[in-house]
Amino acid sequence: MATSSVSKGCFVFKPSAKKKKKTLSLESYFVQGCEDAESSEIRFRLCQELWDEIKTDTEVLQDELNRTILDSLLDFTRKCSSTRQNSDWTSQMRASEIPTAALMLGVNVPDHDMTFQSLSDMLKQSVSPHVASVQAKECGALKHLMKKVLERLMDTVVVVDDEDEEENVETSPRVHRSMHCSLGILCDWYTARTKKSPTGTPGKKRSSQVRDEQQQPPVVIIFKDLEAFNPRVLQDFILICSQYIDRLPLTFIFGIATSPSTIQHMLPHSVSSLLCIELFQSLSCTQHLATVIDKLILASRIHFKLNGKVMQVLIGVFLYHDFSVRNFIKGLQLALLEHFHSQPLSVLCCKKKQALFNVTQLSKPNLDRIRQLPSFKRYVEKQEAQEQVNLMTDDSHLKEVCQQLIKDLHKYHKNYYPILRCLHTLTSSLPRYPLGKQIRELYLICLAKNVWENEDYQSAMKLVKMLAKGEMVSLLQKCVEILQLSKSKKMKNALVQLEELLAKFKQLDTATEMTPTVEASIPSPIKNLQKKTDLFQLQKTLLEMNESRRAKRLSPFENLRNEALEFIDNLVKSHLSPPESQPLYEVCYYSSSATVRRHLNATPRTSIQAALSNPYYYLQNDSLKSEDGTVSNTAPDICIAYKLHLECGRLINLYDWLEAYSTVVSAAEGNDQDSENFGKVDEVKHARFIRAVSALEFLGFIKSTKQKTDHVARLTWGGC
Amino acid sequence: MTALLQHPGYDEERLKGVAEKLPCREVQAGMLLSLMGQPHQYSYPSIFIYGHRASGKSHVMHVLMKELELSHATVSCVECVSIALLFEQVLLSFFGCDAASLLPRSPSLSDFVRVYRQQCSQSPAKQTRYIVMEKAELLRDTDASLLSALLRLQELVEDNVTVILLSEIAWDKFRPNTGCFEPLLLHFPDYSKSELQQILSQNVHPSYSAGFYSAYINILLGVFYSVCRDLRELRHLAALNFSKFCEPLAEGKVKETDTHKLWKHIEPHLKKAMQTVYLREVSSLQWEQMQQMEEEEAGALRGLSAHTHVELPYYSKFLLIAAYLASYNPARTDKRFFLKHHGKIRKTNFLKKNEKTSNHLLGPKPFPLDRLLAIFYSVVDSRVAPTASIFSQISSLVTLQLLAQVSHDDQLDAPKYKCAVSLDFICAIARTVNFDIVKYLYDFL
Ligand SMILES: Nc1ncnc2c1ncn2[C@@H]1O[C@H](COP(=O)(O)OP(=O)(O)O)[C@@H](O)[C@H]1O
Ligand SMILES: [Mg+2]
Repeated sequence: MATSSVSKGCFVFKPSAKKKKKTLSLESYFVQGCEDAESSEIRFRLCQELWDEIKTDTEVLQDELNRTILDSLLDFTRKCSSTRQNSDWTSQMRASEIPTAALMLGVNVPDHDMTFQSLSDMLKQSVSPHVASVQAKECGALKHLMKKVLERLMDTVVVVDDEDEEENVETSPRVHRSMHCSLGILCDWYTARTKKSPTGTPGKKRSSQVRDEQQQPPVVIIFKDLEAFNPRVLQDFILICSQYIDRLPLTFIFGIATSPSTIQHMLPHSVSSLLCIELFQSLSCTQHLATVIDKLILASRIHFKLNGKVMQVLIGVFLYHDFSVRNFIKGLQLALLEHFHSQPLSVLCCKKKQALFNVTQLSKPNLDRIRQLPSFKRYVEKQEAQEQVNLMTDDSHLKEVCQQLIKDLHKYHKNYYPILRCLHTLTSSLPRYPLGKQIRELYLICLAKNVWENEDYQSAMKLVKMLAKGEMVSLLQKCVEILQLSKSKKMKNALVQLEELLAKFKQLDTATEMTPTVEASIPSPIKNLQKKTDLFQLQKTLLEMNESRRAKRLSPFENLRNEALEFIDNLVKSHLSPPESQPLYEVCYYSSSATVRRHLNATPRTSIQAALSNPYYYLQNDSLKSEDGTVSNTAPDICIAYKLHLECGRLINLYDWLEAYSTVVSAAEGNDQDSENFGKVDEVKHARFIRAVSALEFLGFIKSTKQKTDHVARLTWGGC
Repeated sequence: MTALLQHPGYDEERLKGVAEKLPCREVQAGMLLSLMGQPHQYSYPSIFIYGHRASGKSHVMHVLMKELELSHATVSCVECVSIALLFEQVLLSFFGCDAASLLPRSPSLSDFVRVYRQQCSQSPAKQTRYIVMEKAELLRDTDASLLSALLRLQELVEDNVTVILLSEIAWDKFRPNTGCFEPLLLHFPDYSKSELQQILSQNVHPSYSAGFYSAYINILLGVFYSVCRDLRELRHLAALNFSKFCEPLAEGKVKETDTHKLWKHIEPHLKKAMQTVYLREVSSLQWEQMQQMEEEEAGALRGLSAHTHVELPYYSKFLLIAAYLASYNPARTDKRFFLKHHGKIRKTNFLKKNEKTSNHLLGPKPFPLDRLLAIFYSVVDSRVAPTASIFSQISSLVTLQLLAQVSHDDQLDAPKYKCAVSLDFICAIARTVNFDIVKYLYDFL
């Protein structure tokens, strides 16, 4: 498409709707360029099943988490609409304010959409059909805000209307609706709609409160992102609404990302005095993430796993950049897709039964892939010589072994998470949190290497050793509860042992009651420890305690406590080894953290610089290859111009630049160095140069300057 | 009173009704009636009424129009998002909706005048028609010709019509510099304390005596008169706190006439109301619930401004800190604060006397994006790649109104920002990342 235009500008070409693109199905996208096309169909299906499961899980989770806050909000809207209909002295005298719920959502703006969606769904279901949500970006001026509110309130309802409402619509002045937007019209529409309610018989007196409520459902307007609204628009809108509040039961909901004091910053007293504001605090995003991790990541039910590095990237993006749970789940989705797309052996990443079946169906190349897996190689090395040979040559034997290994992997996961949770329960309330406050921190530690070799683990265990009896028992009790949920054989065994231990602790209770010892009267040393904040003090007391302990003979309680600790320690050692230690772990674990990082946390600047200084990286053209970081003179014009500009100072003389460019390009054309025309600027070169320079300007490397004629200013620092 | 009761052309009974509904505004209402003249007579083309909020402007106009059954159109200027809406409402109330639909899609002033003349030739005015413009100060923001035209609408449409402008701003600040027809000015002074007392005492609670209620209003005004003279607000406060006032009575501890005891009981309560509901720190609904709760429970309720804490992602915190430093430190001191080996910078040179300590008084200064990033990279403790998310966090901070973009939205090249948070806020943020911000602030050196 060409434009002829004298002036500089940008032109938008909308893609013509007629031009039909070949629409590919999701699956064919997946299959395209996929490793091992044979199994790609199965992998696509597995991937989708998993994703659907994750998606529904997150939705359920969201709903559960939002439930409490939504419930209180619903209560609020109901309460407001009921007090409004009172006709006693107080409600007549007091100024009629617009009930306003200030919903504190936190700065993770991308997550708010889902909350508002479920909020407005629930409001529509149980309070009032008249709900409209508006966003700041669609309401630059009062006019637009008004229009959006009216459209959403009236039109959606008109569309949903069934036949018996038809005449109602006709009687209301239709002419005006199409003409201008004012709240007066909304009022008329509202009275028309509520006057003739389908249940109420018009002749009878309205006596019951319930029916009253039905007939006067509030009109709810949701401002999704209060901070982004133009304060003037908001103020005017509130002023207008307050004039209609007697006739139109309005209710506002403000979505606030920062703090409630923004309301006072945005609205002067004369306006905020028209509102009756109540605060609602939503769950913090870190808590939200914790539940998501708990339900989706630390679950043996979902067979797809992230390795430590990928987890680190996703959590890093969350904590350092956006606080957005939605983006976290998107990252999970990306990893999922990448895993199934790039790892042919992911056919085995599914439910046990199916995985065992898929093992029998493995093709020859896939079996060879298994033999190449590092974890499998390690496994092979540990076998006897004959077995090693068998594994490397006999396909059917390999399949049998693989089945066993897959079973083991599933068992590993079944035991891993309960023990992880137990360990977290024991250590999450220790002073200074040696193993982290959140389970995700502990999980990352455990993913990285053998947790029991970690220094922090050892100091945590020492601290646990100092717990008083009451604390110890209640923590162990919690562990029992965790283990009860597990169905695996090993966990059931562990549960039995743990319960026995607990019973012994309780026997101790009755025993000490008869012969009270000193131990009982000594306050838990750990309580004192919690007060001490500096590390030095802490270590000192720890040492002291150790010594005093050595001096004393161990009491029965201490013996028992040590026994319990040993038991826990053994559990940890046998079940919390990192996934890398498990043969075939590559089947379930996605490990390419670089890919994830590249997709989620793009670095445009670095990519542009890479493209300009090393065009081979993107173009993959052999003639561009260069070892020493220099740019070959056959590189695209812009790369040459870029390279040359790096050698200049802050101001670049355009003519010098052009000459240098021309020399380089001439050399590339293979012109004779000594010929007269060498390096001479011809029209074509000139044009190419200008194009390269304007591209650089567009990319923000240079800009025109008035300081010196025929010069441009460089905007970046640093040499080549 | 008598001024109001005798106006030829108006029914005396009705005038009496008006007088009853307008205590303390008899003079102004009488004045208005004299200006309006008899119903069939032409009135002055435009009248400009000004007075502070809740000085009864709208109320007086409403009562006059309704009680005397005058033909009128009341238009609120806030609501008229386009002038079309204004024209439509006027035509609608004078000539019915058919007339309003005669207007073209986006009508000009002359369209309005044309339709008006056409309509009024069909149904000429037997009595003066009034157009009451509420919140007329907003007319200043629209096209100046609209105001000029409205002021002499009578002449333009050749009809017996009078425009009454109600405004909180004096006419002097109104007058367009091109000059215009001068309306008649009428000032509504603020109500005095005794006038407020008289007006508020009218709303007696049906189950209590007038004297008792009047005593209550007296106490209420004693507390609030110094901060609030807004009738609407005072009435609201009176309604919210009356049940508390009656409490000792219901318990049988005090008699209705024992004003002193009643005062002792209610005064601390009203003082508290002044700091909470009046400022809308606490909503009136919560206030009412609080009154029913026990003392200590009520203490737990925090006002709006008590919640200032904002939880931010790690790098956002540093970006905000960097923005704060860029806003409140002179750019030439950056070297001193952020360069590891800045060499000797002579102290006398560095500390300019009057510049010091004044930066915080002067408020935040704008800074370019480059400087923000340069400071950011030197305060954040780890190496951070210049990823897209860093930049998107800057714009998030702008939407959250923690930063303000100073340059125009469209300016992509070297945008400028200002930090929009307070020292307390930034100190709280800095504490969470163990960054001693005060050390980096020029003012506190
Ligand atoms: N003289 C009065 N007598 C009774 N009520 C009054 C009087 N003046 C004002 N009010 C009441 O005070 C409130 C605010 O008055 P309003 O006319 O809206 O003020 P304005 O238009 O000047 O801002 C209204 O509810 C009105 O009923
Ligand atoms: Mg008014």
